[in-house]
Amino acid sequence: MLVYGVAVLAGCFIAGQMIGEVLGRLLHIDANVGGVGFAMLLLILVNQWMHKRKLFTADMDKGVLFWSNMYIPVIVAMSAIQNVKAAVSSGMIAILAGIIPAVICFMLIPVIARMSKHNDVIPKSVNE
Amino acid sequence: MHYISDLFIKNGFVVALLATGVLMYISYWLSDKLTNKKIPGSAIAIFAGLVLAYIGGSATGGKNGIADINVLSGFFILGGSMFRDFAIVSTAFGANFHEIKKAGVAGIISLLLGIVVSFAAGAVIALAMGYADARSITTIGAGACTFIVGPITGGAIGASSEVITISIATGVIKSILVTIGTPFIAKMIGLNNPQTAMVYGGMMGTTSGVAAGLAATDPKLVPYGAITATFYTGLGCLLCPSVLYLIVKLFFK
Repeated sequence: MLVYGVAVLAGCFIAGQMIGEVLGRLLHIDANVGGVGFAMLLLILVNQWMHKRKLFTADMDKGVLFWSNMYIPVIVAMSAIQNVKAAVSSGMIAILAGIIPAVICFMLIPVIARMSKHNDVIPKSVNE
Repeated sequence: MHYISDLFIKNGFVVALLATGVLMYISYWLSDKLTNKKIPGSAIAIFAGLVLAYIGGSATGGKNGIADINVLSGFFILGGSMFRDFAIVSTAFGANFHEIKKAGVAGIISLLLGIVVSFAAGAVIALAMGYADARSITTIGAGACTFIVGPITGGAIGASSEVITISIATGVIKSILVTIGTPFIAKMIGLNNPQTAMVYGGMMGTTSGVAAGLAATDPKLVPYGAITATFYTGLGCLLCPSVLYLIVKLFFK
């Protein structure tokens, strides 16, 4: 049944969010720390584990794939509810502080990505 | 006519699905006919969403973009954080754990560096624009991380509401820039593989911006960018009001 796949996804989502909430509490901050990230890791692991044991049927795949196909429409809807008006008319400081740091970070991406590829060249020395 | 708009409001979520579908159809059609698919349909659709948000905000004076127009209020559900996060998690279904492990260290470095660099650059700009107290500098620096880190930091250290508003606007501008800018600079920064996508997610951090930017660039990279980006806001809320605030306080009152 398709809904079993959706339920596995929902279970991973809730479990991951719970980890994020608890981690936030433990660190004494009023925020969820990586709940979505933990949920993603859980889904990957559960998916692998269940596929190996043939517990995850093709029907269940469809349930999860439906939601990953809904990703772009959801993101389009998300951009339509941003407070764009306020952001655009917020004055010089918000515009500068929104753009300049982001541009610097953009430029640093290839530098750090290259570092990670260097790690690849030296096999298994750092990671294991 | 009243009963028609009532029908739309009552079934807001379904209306949002219909409207999003139509918007995407038009966007993909434009991408095909006008740009020969050079600009992806998803990028046009996301940009159109931002334009609609601007129109909604101008027409109503509200802060939820198009969702403040009554008959389109369902957008708040479809585009809200619950569905966004649920859809993001579902993309992990196709992700390769091996790739994630391979870029794990670079991902963590990029998270820390992304927060510190954004914060520092934002703080310097706040200073250059005439803010000289530690609370305001810290809050605007935190806003340069994401629009959630800014107000949480400002609230925690007791910044003025004016500065907190600026920090939210700063974060939203960053998110819009990342959304629109990513497809254009993807080639320049080599954003075409899982590892770079993870570094990108950690450096940029804004979940909405990263999620939308990757959707417009290459949907296959979404899970890798999202997995690091989703740790950014939490980590930012941890570092900005504590360590980074204390460092700023060493230099300013």
